[in-house]
Amino acid sequence: MNLLSTRKLSMNFGGVQALLDVDFDLPQGQIRALIGPNGAGKSTFVGAVCGRFRPSAGRVYFEDQDISQLPAHRRIGLGMAYSFQITSIFGSLTVYENVALAVRRAVQAQAEEIVERVHMALDRVGLLDRVEQKAGDLSYGHQRLLEIAMGLGQEPRLFIMDEPTQGLAASEITAFIELLRGLAGESTILLIEHNMHVVMECADTLTVLNFGQILAEGVPSEIRADSRVQHAYFGSSIDA
Amino acid sequence: MTKSLHISVLTSLVLLFFVVSDYHDGNLARIMVLAIYAVGYNLLFGYTGLLSLGHALFFAAGMYGLALPIQHLGVSPIEAFAMGLASAATVSLVIGFLALRTTGAAFMIVTLMFAQAGFLALLYFGQWTRGDEGFVIQQADRIIAGIDFSQSTERYFAAFVLFAVAYLLIAWLISTPFGKCLIAIRENEERAQMLGYDVHRHKLLAMLVSGTLSGASGAAYAFLFGYAGATFASVQYSILPLLWVLLGGAGTTIGPLIGTAFAFYLIDISSHFTTAHLLVVGLAIVLLTLFAPQGLAGEIRNRLISWLP
Repeated sequence: MNLLSTRKLSMNFGGVQALLDVDFDLPQGQIRALIGPNGAGKSTFVGAVCGRFRPSAGRVYFEDQDISQLPAHRRIGLGMAYSFQITSIFGSLTVYENVALAVRRAVQAQAEEIVERVHMALDRVGLLDRVEQKAGDLSYGHQRLLEIAMGLGQEPRLFIMDEPTQGLAASEITAFIELLRGLAGESTILLIEHNMHVVMECADTLTVLNFGQILAEGVPSEIRADSRVQHAYFGSSIDA
Repeated sequence: MTKSLHISVLTSLVLLFFVVSDYHDGNLARIMVLAIYAVGYNLLFGYTGLLSLGHALFFAAGMYGLALPIQHLGVSPIEAFAMGLASAATVSLVIGFLALRTTGAAFMIVTLMFAQAGFLALLYFGQWTRGDEGFVIQQADRIIAGIDFSQSTERYFAAFVLFAVAYLLIAWLISTPFGKCLIAIRENEERAQMLGYDVHRHKLLAMLVSGTLSGASGAAYAFLFGYAGATFASVQYSILPLLWVLLGGAGTTIGPLIGTAFAFYLIDISSHFTTAHLLVVGLAIVLLTLFAPQGLAGEIRNRLISWLP
């Protein structure tokens, strides 16, 4: 079953065609990486999926339900989570409260259970020792991880991550890959990622966007071998 | 810890009545009633991050919602108070519904314009409202169950009870998931939305509670001090709660009371020495902005007591 589908999704920003007739299917349980050169429309695409932007045309389906007309918060309520490309947290609140806000919205639970879930989410990203710290005081890398923890706290069926490893140190990236692998099977993941190492290690399948259209789709080895992709995205070699 | 803070704040207000002179009892009653207004304003401004310049409309909606029925329909005070609340709630819902389509500076302008329209409407219907001149609510109309609320003791404790209700209501509200979401909206609206919160609905509810509390203050003011006038709907009365909350500390439970008392006594004391007391107020604002930008309670929280709610 497809958890997420789009049909003829188009987005026009004042004359610039950011997306054009994108037909996209994401089966349940997959880790899908969305790649493409800068300006290919990746963030626009996921923005249109989760309702941050209203597309110019086309439909979005979540679990076969047409959600094209739903506002963002209703879509999130159906079981999506979205982590921002540019870190977006509640800076003057504690690390705990940041995640608790995510958990409380997603699950109706007793106070103790919420505490437990918050701690679980923070433990998975390795921030458990910082629960009482002010989120704005965290290092950039830790803020990125907090953002991921907020998504985990939502226990989403579809977790959309917009460049989660941007700005992470090499060791943190290794830990992140572990984390993603741990999520496989639990959640379906749509990942925008520039780090090819992360993509090749984690993704089941890849979708390549270029000039707002899907250029290619397939398992990592196929994409790696696709000459059109190499040309559009990597110049010449995929091992960049 | 926060509980004992709330208890000690409210206990001190009771004790103050017996300690200070009659003159200050009258002032404190006024301060507590106006602090309800500041508490209501603080929910929207301090906790939700929405700067309204039109709260005088809600204050006046409560004031006239109580005063007009008493004056023209001979309604009993309790019923009239309920009417004041209902009138403020209705007005804040309608204005909220319209004004929340805008954000930032546009929201300030739109709320300001609605409040000005309300103010002008009060003048226009001067036949009933008596416009700027206003009207007095007779002492006979200020008696509930044999208790005469024009007397200073009765008035003080009525003001205290109403303030305590408003104060505890907000202290409780911001500890609920609803209140936490308002804070989240203040901190990062888009993030709150992308966590699945219906930001618009939360803002509208914040507007409703904030406006209704402001109206409660207006109604209480008219009832306890026996006067309703269009001045209370003027732009000055939209700025005042903003001033009180800024002085006291936006987004703190105790800030509105501190700010209201501070501003009240600043004017009271400085006007003994000079007619240019607004100059003193202005200077105080400049100094606070420079040295305590979070307001008095906000500075205390930053420097001394980090758990201050």
